[in-house]
Amino acid sequence: MDDFLIKALVGGLGVALVAGPFGSFVVWRRLAYFGDTLAHSALLGVALGFMLQINLTIGIIVICQILAILLFYSQRQRQLASDTMLGIFAHGALSLGLVSLAFMENVRIDLVAYLFGDILAISNSDLGWIFGGGGAALAILLWLWKPLLAITIHEDLARVEGIAVDRINWIFLGLIALIVAVMMKVVGMLLVTALLIIPAATARRFSGSPETMALLASLLGCLAVAGGLLGSFQWDTPTGPTIVVTACLLFTVGLLLPKKS
Amino acid sequence: MKHLDNNTHTTTQPLLEVSSVSLELSHRLLLENINLKSNRGEILTVIGPNGAGKTTLLRVALGLLQPTSGSVNRQPNLTIGYMPQKLQLDPTFPLTVRRLLTLACNDKQKQILPLLQEVGAAQVIDAEMQHLSGGELQRVMLARALVREPNLLVLDEPVQGVDVHGQVELYQLISRIRDQRGCAVLMVSHDLHLVMAATDRVLCLNRHICCSGTPEAVTNDPAFVELFGAAAVQSLAIYVHDPNHNHGHCKSCAQRDQQNG
Repeated sequence: MDDFLIKALVGGLGVALVAGPFGSFVVWRRLAYFGDTLAHSALLGVALGFMLQINLTIGIIVICQILAILLFYSQRQRQLASDTMLGIFAHGALSLGLVSLAFMENVRIDLVAYLFGDILAISNSDLGWIFGGGGAALAILLWLWKPLLAITIHEDLARVEGIAVDRINWIFLGLIALIVAVMMKVVGMLLVTALLIIPAATARRFSGSPETMALLASLLGCLAVAGGLLGSFQWDTPTGPTIVVTACLLFTVGLLLPKKS
Repeated sequence: MKHLDNNTHTTTQPLLEVSSVSLELSHRLLLENINLKSNRGEILTVIGPNGAGKTTLLRVALGLLQPTSGSVNRQPNLTIGYMPQKLQLDPTFPLTVRRLLTLACNDKQKQILPLLQEVGAAQVIDAEMQHLSGGELQRVMLARALVREPNLLVLDEPVQGVDVHGQVELYQLISRIRDQRGCAVLMVSHDLHLVMAATDRVLCLNRHICCSGTPEAVTNDPAFVELFGAAAVQSLAIYVHDPNHNHGHCKSCAQRDQQNG
């Protein structure tokens, strides 16, 4: 097996492992469009990275965090429905990213790689981000697991029982922004949410507890990554989309299997 | 303020006291000069039409909303068991009744089966939350509120989504819990009829307190009649304990009260 394939597999599996538990929370708390909006801002992060001449991943993380903060506050206003608000941010950020990159005359980027991922070009530093950043995010998520479940059940109830709901929500959104930025390399900004929600949605039918669902989502994600890599190698198809197609196939197969009673 | 202090528990301090609370949100006065006391072993019900601020008042009492003026005092040893109005669990969230209850308590040794038996919901212990009927859900949420051995139960529309027969049973259950545990109960209801037989004191709210006191005193109060309409109040007679209840007499009483201020 070639070196780049091994790196791709290791990176992809790392991302899928992290995506399982986070994706479960994204599904439970109906944050799919929120994650999508963060991902759409990635190009703006790339532009920021070039402008400040810093690591592009750091640029993406910074922009995702800023957007998460903006979204958090924008959801407190009542004038526009939150999906309208998210739509404005998502497409605004994507277009602003493309426009600002166009202004940078000596910058040429591979747009398709950012949109759909470039897992075969994963570098050691990318692996560092996936396992360092993703691992840290996962550790914090596990640490906050119980209060996050309580908040998912009912925010006010959690508040009455003394859980620091606002602070934990902040941390959680920050973590989502971080892993979205990290996952971008594997499936690209347009497909990040797919890797978060499809394995989790597949796992639901076979899970009797939040923990089983999170774990099963990780495993299904890994399966999708491995299958997608294999398929893309076999048929010379783009890797990110092939991974997502595999995840969708697993979802469909899951629908056909009998449900856990 | 006519009937405020005619309870029998004045010897002990109230567990929770709301004093002269007003609340203004975006230039709308939602609560005006509210006084409320929750005493040990006493069921206090806040009734009022839709939009009267009942849930808002509960949220202030729970500390979820800061009043614009006035104060909320809680006894230092106060443990609140809160039952929110709506539980909007996403269908993808795999949560059994057992898990809901164990998540709520800090004590790992705590037996949850007796709690479910107390509320008559032992048979659903391993059911998923989303599969419960309206009545089962309310009972389970009541058990959830009892997990931490509260001395104050705060129930927001505890009988909603339950048929009439089930409502009577639920109110009886709440009385029984109060009898056995000696806790205070503060609940909200927009239903006039059944709740009157199940409460010690009533507080009739329409942004300000229209009237308060025992169910008998309140149903005879002209402010109450004005708020809910004569027809609704007439039909209440069926549910009030006094077998010699006489509407003609009642009306003259009310008029006399009004004249005396």
